[in-house]
Amino acid sequence: MTLLVSVFAAVICTVIWYKKAPKSEMMVGVLCWMYWGASLMWLIDAVFEYAELGAEYFTPAPADMLNDLFLGLSVVALGLVIWLVILLIKDPRGVIKEAIFKKKGK
Amino acid sequence: MACFLVSAAEAVVTTVAAKVVEKREKEQPELEISFDGAKTESVARIPFSRKLKWLSRMLWGGSVLLMFEHIWHGEVIPFFPFLSAMADPEDAAAMFHEMATVGVAMAALVTLVWLCVVLVTALIEKRAVKEAKELAASKK
Repeated sequence: MTLLVSVFAAVICTVIWYKKAPKSEMMVGVLCWMYWGASLMWLIDAVFEYAELGAEYFTPAPADMLNDLFLGLSVVALGLVIWLVILLIKDPRGVIKEAIFKKKGK
Repeated sequence: MACFLVSAAEAVVTTVAAKVVEKREKEQPELEISFDGAKTESVARIPFSRKLKWLSRMLWGGSVLLMFEHIWHGEVIPFFPFLSAMADPEDAAAMFHEMATVGVAMAALVTLVWLCVVLVTALIEKRAVKEAKELAASKK
């Protein structure tokens, strides 16, 4: 479930990036690389787990599924927070800079 | 247990490598290419340092999000030795085995996918250069 949630997040971010490309004011590319990286890593995790459990891997207990969904959503939220921090620090549109200098100017 | 540490170590290496390559890199010459057959635009080839940054972003992003998953499962703890498996030698051995198998496979897959992306990008660039040359020849 965590893999599924991160793959969906990666796909959605890639579509948003493609729609806005070549402009990258919002740095959506950062989110794409982050979610794709995590998805690939969880894919390997899933392959090893499948090798261990076999078909049982596809029939998790409802409680485990709910916990994994909760984890997946939390991972997506953490990714968004990291992206937001990077966006505000790099400030590609100069919004933060403008706000600071305007305040100083007053 | 701690499989993300392998990718994190690779991320450190690629980040340093990207910085070193970026310093040594010369500015790429601009090419004039056509996007719709008539209108032309000047573009430059993507420098290798930028391509390396793609890999480090995937590795850093994946490692951080996986570390969060390990915190979630109680495998990463906020006090020394930071990995719960280190408390027991048997668990530590299992952790190192997991790092050698799952961790290495994770880093290898991410690198392989990055290589595919770089290869596709190189093909697109090659095609653009070819078009640029044809465009320049037709202008003469």
